[in-house]
Amino acid sequence: MMDMNELIEPFARLVEDICTPAAVRRIEEGGETGAMWSAFVDSGFLDALVPEDAGGAGLSALEAAPLISLLGRHCVPLPVGDTMVARALLAKAGREIPAGPIAIATGTGVTPFARTAAFLVTGSPEAPTAVAAAATQTGVHHDLDGYADVADSEGLRPTSAVVRALLIAGAAGRVLEMTVAYANDRVQFGKPIGRQQAVQQQLAILAEQVIAARIAAAIGVRSGFPARLLDAAIAKHGTSIAAARSAAIAHAMHGAIGISEEYDLQLLTRRLHGWRLADGSESYWAAVLGGARLASTADTSVEFIRAA
Amino acid sequence: MFDKLTLSVLPDEDEALRPALREIIAGAVAAIPLDRRARSWQGFDAAFSRLLGEAGYIGLSLPRKFGGAERSPFTRFVVVEELLSAGAPVAAHWMGDRQSGPLIAHYGTDEQRAFYLPRICRGEALFCIGMSEPGSGSDLANVRTRAARGDDGSWLLNGQKIWTTNAMHSDYMIALVRTSGTSADRQSGLSQLIVDLKSPGITIRPIVDLTGDAHFAEVFFEDVHLPPEALIGEEGQGWKQVTAELAFERSGPERIYSSVVLIDAWTRHLRAVGRLDTATLRLLGSLTAQLAVLREMSIAVTARLVAGESPIVEASLVKDLGTEFEQAVPQLIGDDLGAHPDEPTDNVLYRTLLYLTHVAPSFSLRGGTREVLRGIIARGLGLR
Ligand SMILES: Cc1cc2nc3c(=O)[nH]c(=O)nc-3n(C[C@H](O)[C@H](O)[C@H](O)COP(=O)(O)OP(=O)(O)OC[C@H]3O[C@@H](n4cnc5c(N)ncnc54)[C@H](O)[C@@H]3O)c2cc1C
Repeated sequence: MMDMNELIEPFARLVEDICTPAAVRRIEEGGETGAMWSAFVDSGFLDALVPEDAGGAGLSALEAAPLISLLGRHCVPLPVGDTMVARALLAKAGREIPAGPIAIATGTGVTPFARTAAFLVTGSPEAPTAVAAAATQTGVHHDLDGYADVADSEGLRPTSAVVRALLIAGAAGRVLEMTVAYANDRVQFGKPIGRQQAVQQQLAILAEQVIAARIAAAIGVRSGFPARLLDAAIAKHGTSIAAARSAAIAHAMHGAIGISEEYDLQLLTRRLHGWRLADGSESYWAAVLGGARLASTADTSVEFIRAA
Repeated sequence: MFDKLTLSVLPDEDEALRPALREIIAGAVAAIPLDRRARSWQGFDAAFSRLLGEAGYIGLSLPRKFGGAERSPFTRFVVVEELLSAGAPVAAHWMGDRQSGPLIAHYGTDEQRAFYLPRICRGEALFCIGMSEPGSGSDLANVRTRAARGDDGSWLLNGQKIWTTNAMHSDYMIALVRTSGTSADRQSGLSQLIVDLKSPGITIRPIVDLTGDAHFAEVFFEDVHLPPEALIGEEGQGWKQVTAELAFERSGPERIYSSVVLIDAWTRHLRAVGRLDTATLRLLGSLTAQLAVLREMSIAVTARLVAGESPIVEASLVKDLGTEFEQAVPQLIGDDLGAHPDEPTDNVLYRTLLYLTHVAPSFSLRGGTREVLRGIIARGLGLR
């Protein structure tokens, strides 16, 4: 394993530089994506997960996970994490890799980043196919997602769900930081609201949800890409719950400013809600896991979880 | 924030303990009905604890020369997980294994270690934790039980403890007491004493809970004489010591597994009646997924203990989330079974469900209440 900081720091700097809230807003408003995309292409990180013998960096899912979470943290409006994973799957299957942003599409529902993708990858992890992106807009204000309508791509869903889980974990972490900072700053009744016990109790729950999301997402990548079904189920279930709860608490603590367009919190919370629904919400994955639990021969929950 | 709390893997040598341990547990729990097993770490069986001690499963982290195995907190995680998921009655050795043993190993003199630790490891010396008092629950710094030092260094103890789990079965209590100043001085002037519960002047009165169990007690001290060596650690450092001890108390898998035998029994019930509808699968899957995440969070906290840290805030965070889950389980499973009134349900499953339903409020009280833990987390977030 390489030194993780050597890997993460330059990527973090890149993302911070080029995906400022202003840049994210410009793209959400329909602005040009070319310059931002070129910066990612030039960085070489798009091939981070591609095997070395195919010209990539050959990182493991575990090593790449913090990079994908960083994309969530900074609300990167392009499918950079999707592209990293898609390029790796295509390379492993010996398929040609198209140039341009690729989003992973797993069904007829909403596909994240469909509007800023040039291609969609569909099919299965073993036999992925890249097709030109065609998506219907959702019509939701500033939404970059779209309806992709692809058939027979359920096999990609666990892997895609884990990408969403990592994005959620990253965004939720930033939401916690912003909310704690705000609570220390905002004064009402003569003291920072963070000194109020009721506020502290809510922020403690927020912290619990955010850490739970991080651990859940880590479960998703623990055995690599393509993600294992049950790991993906645990990861997406946990992060989807945390996404909704974190967003709700963060907005409550911010008061009115939090839902204003000019304030950055909404960039994060709108994504948390979208990613929660994409590739299966908590109930979707709960049913998958419940079915597996009933079908298993494990005597106890602990035994089942250990083997999952 | 809390960046050190990351996914960790249990070492192979600890995982390897499971089969042999399971055999011992299976033999012991076979005859215990499910609703008794739901007592989990409240279930008291001194003979079983001695059996575990003989087999080397108690005091695993303690020094070898005092009867321990010098293994890591990961080892204890594995052992505790096996015990709790089977509903083994572990209360007799629980406090000694989890708190008092490590406390004595860390702060005790060599004489104290040699005297107590080997017997803790054999499951013979049973400990209870005397922190709470009638006027001092959440506000622990307010303890009033007082130990006055005589000219010869011995102690004269007066006061009262309450809610002391297993006091009536225990040999010793590690008590947090005031040795100087008044309760207005808060944390300063507190010390920890090892109290031999057979000393004259001690009265122990069991308190019956709403399920009919008597697992905790009131303990009265009336001019109890204790030798100088009753002091553990440093005089006046009781608060610091107790805070470190609470990291042990709050971090373990016992904070997520209190209702786990009910989940397993309900799963067997679902199989028996052949229920496969989506609502059922979702509930089962949701509980399973939450448990999986909590388990990894608990292992992540254990890894901080392994690294030699005292992860108070992280442990509080996992305990609060864990007890929320433990409390949701009987509520959700109760709703599920009640939503199927025409389904045959085992009498013992019903008793287990109702036992856990009635006792669940205690999950977020024992070991520090939800509100207090959230205050600790808030301090960890830099808000206080
Ligand atoms: C099953 C069980 C076993 C136990 N075993 C032991 C044991 O072995 N040894 C031992 O020493 N103790 C034991 N306890 C006691 C336990 O630690 C206390 O019950 C707990 O610390 C709460 O104290 P209290 O009951 O006095 O409640 P109180 O402190 O009176 O609190 C009542 C309510 O007020 C809230 N509250 C109080 N202060 C604040 C505040 N500042 N901010 C916000 N909310 C507040 C609390 O959160 C709680 O909801 C046990 C308790 C139970 C239920």
